[in-house]
Parts: sequence; C-alpha cells; structure tokens
Amino acid sequence: MKAVDFDYVRAASIADACRLLADAGEDGKLLAGGQTLVPLLAMRLARPSVLVDINFIAELQGVELDGEQLLVRACTRQATALADARVQHHAPLLAKALAFVGHDQTRNRGTVGGSLANADPAAEIGLAALTLDAEVLARSSAGERRIAVAEFFTGPMTTVLASGECLTAVRFPRRTLAGRVGTGFREMSARQSDFALVAVAVELALGTDGRCRYLALSVGGAGPKPLRVDAVSARLVDTGLADSDLDAAAAIVCQAIEPQTDILASAGYRRRLAGALAAQALAEARDEALDGRA
Amino acid sequence: MAPTPEPAHGFRYIGRKRRAKEDRRFLAGQGRYVADIALPGMLHVALVASPYPRARILAIDAAAASAVPGVRTVLSGEELARATEPLLSGLDLPKVHRYPLAVGMARYVGEWVAAVVAETRHIAEDAAELVQVDYEPLPHAGDPEAALLPDAPLVHPEHGSNVLYRRKFVWGPVEEDFAAADRRLAFRARWHRSSTVPIETFGVLARWDPAAGLLDVWASIQMPKFPDQLALSLRLPGNAVRVHFDVDVGGSYGVKRGIKHAVLVGHLARQLGSPVRLIEDRLDNMRGGDAHGPDRIFDVAVAFDRTGVVRSLRLRALDDVGAYAGRAPLQLGKPVGAIVGPYRIKSVEYEPISVLTNKTAQEAVRGFGQAPTNFALETAMDLVARELKMDRIALRRRNLLVKSEFPYTIPSGSTYDSGDYAAVLDKALAAAGYEALATRRDAARAGGRLAGIGIACCLEPSGGNSAFEPLLNPKNETTTWMEGCQIKIDLSGAITAAMATSSSGQGHETLVATVVGEILERDPDGIRVVHSDSLGALPSNSPVGSRMAIMLGGAAAEAARKLKATLLAIAAHNLGAAPEALAYRDGTITVAAEPERALGWDQLVAIAHRKFHQLPPGTAPGLQAMHVWEVPTGGALPSADGRIQMYPCYAFEAHVVYLEIDRVSGRVEIGKYVVGHDCGVMINPDIVHGMTYGGIAHGIGAALYERYLYDASGQLLSGSFMDYLIPSAHEVPEIEIVDHTTPSPLTTFGQKGSGEAGYLGAPAAVASAVNDALSPLGLHMATLPMTAVRLGELLAGCGEGVP
Amino acid sequence: MSQHEISVTVNSRLHRVRVPARLTLVDFLRDVLGLTGTHVGCEHGVCGACSVLLDGRPVRACLLFAVQADGAAVLTVEGLAPGADALGVLQDSFWETHALQCGFCTSGMLIAAHALLQETLNPTRKEIRTAIGGNLCRCTGYKQIVDAIELAAERLRSTNEARSGHGANP
Repeated sequence: MKAVDFDYVRAASIADACRLLADAGEDGKLLAGGQTLVPLLAMRLARPSVLVDINFIAELQGVELDGEQLLVRACTRQATALADARVQHHAPLLAKALAFVGHDQTRNRGTVGGSLANADPAAEIGLAALTLDAEVLARSSAGERRIAVAEFFTGPMTTVLASGECLTAVRFPRRTLAGRVGTGFREMSARQSDFALVAVAVELALGTDGRCRYLALSVGGAGPKPLRVDAVSARLVDTGLADSDLDAAAAIVCQAIEPQTDILASAGYRRRLAGALAAQALAEARDEALDGRA
Repeated sequence: MAPTPEPAHGFRYIGRKRRAKEDRRFLAGQGRYVADIALPGMLHVALVASPYPRARILAIDAAAASAVPGVRTVLSGEELARATEPLLSGLDLPKVHRYPLAVGMARYVGEWVAAVVAETRHIAEDAAELVQVDYEPLPHAGDPEAALLPDAPLVHPEHGSNVLYRRKFVWGPVEEDFAAADRRLAFRARWHRSSTVPIETFGVLARWDPAAGLLDVWASIQMPKFPDQLALSLRLPGNAVRVHFDVDVGGSYGVKRGIKHAVLVGHLARQLGSPVRLIEDRLDNMRGGDAHGPDRIFDVAVAFDRTGVVRSLRLRALDDVGAYAGRAPLQLGKPVGAIVGPYRIKSVEYEPISVLTNKTAQEAVRGFGQAPTNFALETAMDLVARELKMDRIALRRRNLLVKSEFPYTIPSGSTYDSGDYAAVLDKALAAAGYEALATRRDAARAGGRLAGIGIACCLEPSGGNSAFEPLLNPKNETTTWMEGCQIKIDLSGAITAAMATSSSGQGHETLVATVVGEILERDPDGIRVVHSDSLGALPSNSPVGSRMAIMLGGAAAEAARKLKATLLAIAAHNLGAAPEALAYRDGTITVAAEPERALGWDQLVAIAHRKFHQLPPGTAPGLQAMHVWEVPTGGALPSADGRIQMYPCYAFEAHVVYLEIDRVSGRVEIGKYVVGHDCGVMINPDIVHGMTYGGIAHGIGAALYERYLYDASGQLLSGSFMDYLIPSAHEVPEIEIVDHTTPSPLTTFGQKGSGEAGYLGAPAAVASAVNDALSPLGLHMATLPMTAVRLGELLAGCGEGVP
Repeated sequence: MSQHEISVTVNSRLHRVRVPARLTLVDFLRDVLGLTGTHVGCEHGVCGACSVLLDGRPVRACLLFAVQADGAAVLTVEGLAPGADALGVLQDSFWETHALQCGFCTSGMLIAAHALLQETLNPTRKEIRTAIGGNLCRCTGYKQIVDAIELAAERLRSTNEARSGHGANP
C-alpha cells in the first residue's frame, strides 16, 4: 500500500496554489488534511502526478467573524473548528456535526474545506453547511467566486469546482434568527467513528409563542448528495412541533429521499432510518430551543 | 512421566499478581517484530493478485515489470512450483495441490499469481502493476451449498468434487433417543466468515547463507511444525532451516501461519542470494493472506423431554473452507472433543462436511472451530427452553454436568477432567445481579425498548493435542503433541530458561519464569526466559489450542524439578546426608534435623560448575536440565467409530450479557457483560484475565460486526479496515470476570488452558441476548454477525421500526 | 518523483534528511530513522497503530507524508520515557495493569493516552474510551488499557498535588 510516485509542491499562498494546480492540469490534486486522500493514494485508487500541498498557506487557516458571517477557512483543522468558541456560538450545528467526524486523531489533520471538497454524500460537514445555508468560496486563476452549498455538490464525490479551482473558505450566516434557536444532529454508523450510513441535521427557531418560525432539515447518506427537505419546513413552520408533527415530518423525509440499495443496507432500511433520525434530530432541536440554550 | 501434583493452594508465585516480564520492552517501543528487522541488502516483495474468483492463467508477461529500475526478479507460480514441494494439507488429498503462487488457475480474488522482488516495497508495488497476466475468467463456486451440487464449478477439477471431507459420526443410540424423546426441534444456524485479524499483518524475512547451506528465517509465526514444513517444501533437510523464535508476534489468535509466505520468501532468498522480506500490507493480508476463519452452516436437531432433559443431538456442520485445504478442514474435528458442551447429552450424531469454494483460504482461528459449535449448541439450548416455555437458566441447570460426575466421558469418547459448572454459573449470575438485570430488562420493555439478557455456558478444551488429525485423516498417525523446555543455572547462579517457540502476546516468558521460580523457590523477576531458534530448540508444537500453561508450564516445571533433584543430590553428597533428610528452602539446602548444616545457592552452583571433585559420582558438571512433555491423556489413535480423547483439560465459562437493540437502526448497545470463568489454577491472573477480556471483545466482533463479505461475483467487499469492522473501545463494554478454581487433576499445578477464553462463549451469549430482546416480537435470528442493518431489516420486516 | 530536504524534530532531536515525496511519516520514522516503536497496522488510517504526536497533537503517521512534517516536532513512543532505563508514569501504569499483550497497538495507545492526559488528569472512563476510540486493539478488549490510563491519571494527580501544581510527564 504505497502511493504511486508523484511530485510534491508546497503552495505558499492561495494564488500560488491556484497557479500550481493549473500548471499540473488534470493530474494535479490539492492535498489538504489528507485523511481521505492519503488512504486512496495508499490503495492506488487516486493516482495524481502532482500533489499541491495547501497546508502551509496561512491565509487558509483559521476561523473569524466577518460581519454577518462566520468564516471558516478551508484548511482549518476540524479539531480547531470544533474547539472554537465562535463556531460553538454562531454555528452550533456545525460544532455538533464536527463531533461526529472521525475521531481526535483524524480531526487533528482533517480540514473543514477538505471534507466539503471531497463531497462524500454522507459527510457531516457538508450536511451541516447545507442546512445552515452556507456558501463556499473558491479561487482559481480566473478569480474568486461564491457558491451556495445547495449548488455546490453535484453527486457522490463530485462538486462544481473546476479543475484548477481551490476551495478557500466556507461562510456560515451568523445566527440572527428571531426567537429561540435549536439544532439537532443525528447519525447512524456501524461503529461510533465510522462513516455515517445516514445522517440528519436540523436547525430551527421558535417564536415567543413557542411555535416554529423557521426550520431547515437535511439528510445525508440517503442519495447521491446531501438533500435539503424543504417540505419538512413547510409542514412544521407555524406548528407547535408536537410529537405528532415531528412524526408527520419524519414521514415526509421517508418519502422525499431516494436512497440506494447497496451491500451495506437496503433502500428500505435507509429510508426508515432517515425518518427515525429526522424525528430524533427534530426533537433534539426543539427541546434545545425550548430550553433556551441557543 | 506422570506429573507430581502440587497443592492447589499455598503457592509462592503461582496465582499471584506479577507484572508480565515481556510488557516492559513493548512499553518502551523496543519490541522486535519482523517488520523491525532489516538486514543489509534486503529486498522487498510485492504481490500480483488475481482479480477473478476463478480463472485460467494463460500467460504472464513480466517484461515491463522486470525493466523497472530496482526490480530484481518477477516470479511466477509455474517457476515456483517447479522448485518446491506443495504445501502440506491436513487431510489426505493427493489431488488438491497448493503452492504459494497460483499455478495454472487462480482460485479466489486476491490469490497471489506472481511475486515481484525489488529494492524497496515502493518499487516492487510499482512493478507489480506492470505484470501483465492473461486470464480466462471461469464460472466460480460461491455459495457453499451450491458448491455441493453436481453441476457446480470445481475449485480443484482434478479432485473431482468440491467436498474435502464428509463423514457421519454416530455416538450412542441417537435414533432410539430421538424416538423416545417427548419433543424434538430442528433449526439452522449460520456463522458467517470472520477471523482473528491481528493488528500486525503476517511478515517473514529470509536469508540464505550458501557457505553454511543454511536458511535463516524470521517470521511472525504461530504454527506447529513450521520449520519442518518449510524445509520440506523447500526440499531442504530440516537442519538447513533455522527459524528464529525471538521475534515478537503482533497478535495471532491462531492465524499467523504464513507457510506459503515463508516458502515463497525462502525460495527467493536462495534464488537471489540476498535477504528477502515480505510484510503483507493490509490489503494483501485480508484478501490473499489465507487467514479467514470458519464459515459454517449448522443444521441442528435436538431431542428432549418435557422436563427439559436433552437426550440427543444431531449436528450437521457444513464448513466453507475457501479455495485450498490447508489445516482448515481439521477445524471441524476439534469440536468432537466437546461436542455436547458442558451438558449430559447421551448420544450424538455429528456430520462435518468441508467444502471448497472460490474464496480466500481458511486458517486456524482461536478455538479451532469450537466457538461456532458452541454458538450452535447454545442456540439449541435457548430454543429448547423457548419451546418448553422454560427458564433458560433452569434448562441449563437441568442438563449441566455436576461436580461429582467428573471425570466424565462424553459420547464421542473424550473425558472431561474436572469442573463445577453450576458454581461458576451461580457466581456469574450473582455478579451480574441477575434479578435486578431482569427487572431492568422488563422496565426497558415496558418503556417500549427491545431489551434482552443472554446466557451462554461453554467449554474451552485446552492442552492442544493433535487428535483431530488421525480422526479426520487416517493416514496421519500423530499421537504426540509434545512441548519442551530447557533450563540452566549459570556460574553466577542466574537462571535462564529456553522455550522453543515464539509468542504472540500470551506472556510465555512470565509463565515459564513463574513456574521455574515456584519450583526452585527463586524470584521469577530474576529468571531470564529466551526463545530458542529452531535448531537449538527442543521439540515444540507452538502455542495453539490453549496449551501453553499446561504444556510449556508442565515442561518447565519438570525441567526445574530435575535441577532441584540435582541440587539435592549435590547437597546430600557434600553434607553426608540422605536426600530425604534434606530441606530445600529458597535455594538453600539444609539437613532438616540440623539446620546449621547447610549449603547455600552460590555454594551449590560453585560445586556444580567448578568442583568436579565435590560432585556425586556420575553427576555431569554444570546445572542444566531439559524436559519434553507429552500431552496428558494423549497418545492414542481414534476408535473405528471415531471416538477419541481430544484435549486433556476443560475450562468452563458462563456468560451473562444485557443489551438493548434500537428498533429502527438495529444498533445493539451492550449494557452489562459478566463472565464466570474456571480454568483451574491460574498461573498469572492478569494474563488470564487479559486474554479473556480480549476473547470476549473478539467474540462481540464475530457476533455483531465482523464479516468477510463476498458478492455474487466472488469479489471480497470487506477487504480493508474501512469495511471489516473490528470493535473499538466504544463497542466493547466494561466486562467483569468472576473467577472460580477447579484444579485439573492432570496438570502440574492444576492449571488448565485459557488462551481462547471468552471468544468461545461470547458470540453465543450475545446472540442469546439479541434473541431474548427479539422474543416479545416473536422473532428469532440465528445468523452471525447480527449487524445493525440486518437486525434493523429484520425488525422492519415485521412492521416494527417504521416511524 | 520529487525529493525534498526536510527538517523535522523527532523526540527532541533535529533531523535534516532528504525524502521522496511519497514516503509516509510512519515509513520515514521506521525505515529512515530506525524508530521502529511506531507500528504499521493498516496504512489507511483506521487502526491507530502508527499514532504519533505532531506538534503536540495525536495524528496518524500513515496519513501524512514525511515531507509534510517539515518544520514540525514529532513525538513517538521512544520519546515518552524520561530516560533510557526508566518508564514514564503512563507506561508504568500500563505495565502495572497489564494493559497489553502482543504489544503491537501499544505505542499508539500510549500516544493517544498521553494526549488525553495532557488535556485532563480527571478523565472519566468514557472519556478515556473516546480518547482511545481510534486505536484498535485485538488482544485486550480495552479493559486493562482503560484501567491503566485511569491509574496513570490518578498517579499524576497525586504527583501534581505533591508538587503543588507542577506538571509531570505522563
């Protein structure tokens, strides 16, 4: 399990990375945290001829508040983001999701941007980003662009990023939702630290009357890319989020997704699981909002 | 020679808390595993593996690979087969040939077809990709039952069938007992393919010395007669192969038997004149390492009375051994020695069937077939209880052998040495707080949760003899399975003991030091224990079959007693007293009646090493002794109807487990795990407990997580650690062990074996708990592993779990 | 293809070495520096046998190329002991509870446990299990490992109390 031979170049800046990546053409690949890429290299399932290391680029590191946005730069380690008080305060759903990503040792290397760019349909960070209406910043020699996460993923392990384009940051809207906010994140994996079979993320806000004012729910691992289920929002906004409402929402989730049957699980199993996890995540978010913790 | 029994109590070192000698070097990062050994000029091997489950190999073109700078050679199966003898099979199968590299036909996905040797592993892998193999893919045999049908593709066409072994043993009046019983039930139990999967893969390094005509081998090996088989395959005399047993082995639990790896590397080292090393990577290991475990379909019928007395048992065990015979079919033989488990069942029919399929070959796995058999037996006990609406524990109590019945001979001819099963079960239930646990379960159920308690009672046959060899292969008349130990006391008075095998975590150095210290009354911490190489070593059969506490412990004790006798003879001669009049204490010998007449350790050692004139006539100078121990109760061939004394000693374990199942995800959460364990006198409790905890963790893996999964096209889908799920610290619960001690009358100190403890009952216990949890829904599952997804799907099938 | 000059501090010793790009950190430690205490179990980031501290944080050494450790400080199991003839408190606690059998996962376990005890000397058993949750052991069933880490924490707490707050080396 030794990687195919490759050239390694270390980018000093984002511009440098874009140039190096463009020079490398189709055979080039960015190396961020490497927690997914390096195993693929070891198994020779990925065979780039050039790896552009972006871990040493200072402008790709760190979390900051930027007006109404919480900016997480692409090469911020998952562990760093998880421990960041601003993430916990302004994007609590992201913090919850990060706790499910691998374990300490992989979070110490794995990056927030790397996970997004990898576009695993069951990945937690992308699911949280979709639920939170985040946007991705990407740079290439042609300049910078912003991409809503809802438009970012195109299928399993694929995104709208062009070759030669480098994901530089992800921006989460700071929570200015009126009322009490709650979040829920639930997933099922074979072992605790394994990839999720199915995951559900929820963010909601309650009005002073206790009725739901805002709600977003997304499902990961039940289709080619994480799926925002707007029909759930339509069903639950203005309700009191009674258990019966949540059950109805779960049924909507079961209908909305189109999971595959594969060797790991049948579509029917995934469908039921998504519904159950949705009900649990919704209840978690509701109870948190009622507790007024957020 | 019969061992001299020691009192069960009052040991000075045995059974007491003692730090394991070998732990320290590992904690300092100073273990010496095979991958840590690098020799100058060493070359590295990478393998070309078959992508097909069954394919004719039409041609191999190595030109491009050979041209890669740094590549030394590319070896094909044809070339290797010309230069070596086929690997030995456990059965008499003259038409089932096995070589390290496929010859003519590839028989499973991942089978090694060619080997590339290069200056680095990186280069070897680069070149291996360039080896062009021209395959003609053929239909394959995947399902073991379909493989029995007349039109099945034949894994070894020359053999004429996919059946390697099939025999129906009948011990006792099975038909009559079935006819006379009040009730009968039948069921199928499925134990899917998993294995021990040590964290260290297999590795081997070989160096050929042409001047000496000697092949030096370092390997992560746990295999009986490995040096002999290696020499045989390489067409070398036994004394031209020197296996270094001082290599630390990073876990084995049965599977570290890389004979094919070693033959390949040994051949390459001779051919190339340079040291050659092959360290499997994880993908090599899981696909091509030939280390998968039992893969069984049990068809079980039980005859029982209304009172719960189980009268008779029919057990058909179909084992899918994969593409080659090896030693795997013998794993159907060992369970004969405990075929009725800990129960008083008077007659048994047992039909083991070993079948070939186009899958990775099976190897010996912890328990050698006993854990799957125990799962089938315990499932039967639970189902009988369910059928009779009887408490599962009460049913077991009705059938468990009682203390006064030992020694007890079971229908298949093995005699159980000793035991007090009810006492151990009682202790386990008490420690688990069974009543409270039942209340907890019932409360959970009342709250809508799926909760269950599992019970399993089982035996761990120990002391490993080879009696399954002559049982399943009449041409094999092996009736000894000896183990040796040699001890010397040097001029400085320090003690060194030499064992004749490598260790893979069992703490043998601590075992030997403790036993020798006990006999010679010297501090075990000061006793050095070394692993001889195979040319310097006494005969050994390696630490398989839970045998070392009994066999190595026995050999070490006897060798130490010989030394003690020599010391007493020297003292008697010099003190002018009869040996019987002497007292031995802490290595000092006194005339018992006149304690001032004494010879201390240093004086005795000095006489032995320097003062021939003070030695009793006829006494050899120096202080050294050796002993080779035969397995107690061993030595006999099976009877015509297949009755045989299998292993000598029988440890007992009673598991109690509480768990809950998520109604939708099917995920199992183990809330409590207690095991009562009786393996006789424990030499080092920490070591015994450690292996038991680990065995249970491994058993939880087999029960809930681990499976080598093949798809319909014969591809292995769980060939990495991403998809073959070894339980982590999250999945393994806190485990409590309750000890009980029923000494074995057959061993030096009353010890029994324990290397397979926990694993032998945990899968059955977890399955029992899952089925208890499922029982209110009228569901039952007898297929392992019971993964979350499979349980979730089962629950959904009955309308449960839909939100 | 490319070769790179790197400076990396391993167990407090600075090494300047030329490495090929595709050499992983664990292969570098073992094959170039001869520090064979760090083990290779799966080479795809699951088993944790190759765990080392990189700039103080536990990582998989198989999921990192040596060239990426340029400028970093690496601590391996060989660097855990206070001296050649001594074991640290954590190692000694592993010995006391027999928290290992074959020893193959042990260095990774020690690294994971060391990292935990840098964070807290009052871990719960659940926190300990989480800290070693990415390290697979096939021998022990984890019980005696959890016991060892608990014992080490207790010993370090009392040492610290005795030294009124000064840290001790786990």
